[in-house]
Amino acid sequence: MLDVVGLTRSFGAVRANDDVSLDLVSGEIHALIGPNGAGKSTFISQVAGDLAPDSGSIHFRGRDIGQMRAAERARLGMARTFQISSLIGGFTVLENVMLAHLGRLGESMRFFAPVARDRKLRKLARECLEQVGLDSRHRKRVSEISHGERRLLEIAIALALEPAAFLLDEPMAGLDQEGSHMLIGLLDSLRQTAPVLLVEHDMDAVFALADRISVLVDGRLIATGKPDAIRSDDTVRAAYLGVEQP
Amino acid sequence: MTARIASTAVVLLLLAVPLAGTVLDEPWLITLATRVAILGMAGVGLNLVLGYGGMVSLGHAAYFGVGGYVAGILAHHALEGHPVLAWPIALGGTDSMIVIWLVAIVCGALLALLIGCLSLRTTGVYFIMITLAFAQMIYYFTVSWPAYGGEDGLPIYLRNSLVGLDTMDPMTFFLIVFAALVVVIFLVSRVVRSRFGLALTAVRQNEARVRSVGIGGFRIRLVAFVMSGAITALAGALFVDLNRFVSPSMLSWHTSGEIMVFVILGGVARLWGPIAGAALYVFLEQVLGSMTDHWQFWVGLLLIAVVLHARGGIMGFTSGRRSDDG
Repeated sequence: MLDVVGLTRSFGAVRANDDVSLDLVSGEIHALIGPNGAGKSTFISQVAGDLAPDSGSIHFRGRDIGQMRAAERARLGMARTFQISSLIGGFTVLENVMLAHLGRLGESMRFFAPVARDRKLRKLARECLEQVGLDSRHRKRVSEISHGERRLLEIAIALALEPAAFLLDEPMAGLDQEGSHMLIGLLDSLRQTAPVLLVEHDMDAVFALADRISVLVDGRLIATGKPDAIRSDDTVRAAYLGVEQP
Repeated sequence: MTARIASTAVVLLLLAVPLAGTVLDEPWLITLATRVAILGMAGVGLNLVLGYGGMVSLGHAAYFGVGGYVAGILAHHALEGHPVLAWPIALGGTDSMIVIWLVAIVCGALLALLIGCLSLRTTGVYFIMITLAFAQMIYYFTVSWPAYGGEDGLPIYLRNSLVGLDTMDPMTFFLIVFAALVVVIFLVSRVVRSRFGLALTAVRQNEARVRSVGIGGFRIRLVAFVMSGAITALAGALFVDLNRFVSPSMLSWHTSGEIMVFVILGGVARLWGPIAGAALYVFLEQVLGSMTDHWQFWVGLLLIAVVLHARGGIMGFTSGRRSDDG
């Protein structure tokens, strides 16, 4: 589905990503973990098209998307969420999801019909909100909902893109235990819709969800494999798990 | 007061002043209201990019002036009987308002397309400076263009014609302008509430998010910019018909600044805001201007107060929160 080969990107003298190769096959959750500053967000940004790699190739749904703009990649079915909730603050919850639908449908160049009363868009948007359990909040402005609800809204927006792959950049960030627990359930079900590339710090979540795990340290991929193999991998323990996990 | 009432009040005021002018036999009041409607329309054009799209253009005099010169040049040739262009296609002048409006709209749109393509690659201060620079280029071009009066401008002796109406009658001309304004505002109100409008207000707030749902921000902003240029050019054509005179001053950066002041005083991203802003500006110009030569100082103070304490301008002040979702 998604096939990244040899992605390299430097910022000045710092190699944020050094020859990173990673793939995503249908039905799986592939977690990308690593200490802070390992280059996980840089990686996501390059795959999503917000940052141009120095070298390397990205294939998605059998096409070379290396030269595509972020918006084109999204229309092709690449749905990303942001590490720090990135929503349209002045919009309602519903409007945020409607915007995603009209992006997917390529309808942003319609000038006359009022969007707020559009039955088709509203229905599509509310279905996505229902899937994440936010439908009762659809009239609220984004500025009025909680942090946890914003994380859910990010997922609803991703669902609205009818994605062929999810790129989730720390969806659990800042959630309390109850919130994470609920989100783990939701993420678990996402893989039936499309494969998930999951960047996450919460190790409980990662080991509960991931079919495969890749470990990024100082811009280099040091291991890829099943959770059990990663857990017992000495290099990983030394470089990462041993340091951060109690 | 709700936004709807505030808007209605603006419309009623705009209609009441020329009526009073007729009743009291003070035709200058009608001219004043016509000016407010035209300047307000120029502001409506700017508001689409500044208010809804968050693009601070300090070069809208370019479109206002181009619309004005379209009206002036076409009318000039119609009067003189010379063609505007003899080659490659013969193109005569005209004194038909409809034709002039269409040509002004098309020219304004094309100019905005050109300027937008280049300037919308920048943001913030750079965008302000580039739009200003383009407008100044056109300003200096007209100043040094002797064929149409250069610095002295170009008078047109009769107002252009519209389906047999007596356009020289102030009230008739006011009603023509008012009708055009209502049509423009209706169209803008549809646009800002449409799918496109949703995308445009989203681009203003968070372009990365808009990209990530498959919408190219540049295209959205460019289309809004082109619409904006077209509207402001139409206002420019009407302005020249009102004054029966076009000169480079329409293109100077003072004009760009004034149009922006209308939008800010009236309330950004509010449909009738620029009309309210233009009305207040013209009112202050008349009242304060009759008392002191330094009336612009007081307008400046007011502007500072609005920017610091009443971001919604007149419409925001009277109607509380914004009604039209940005």
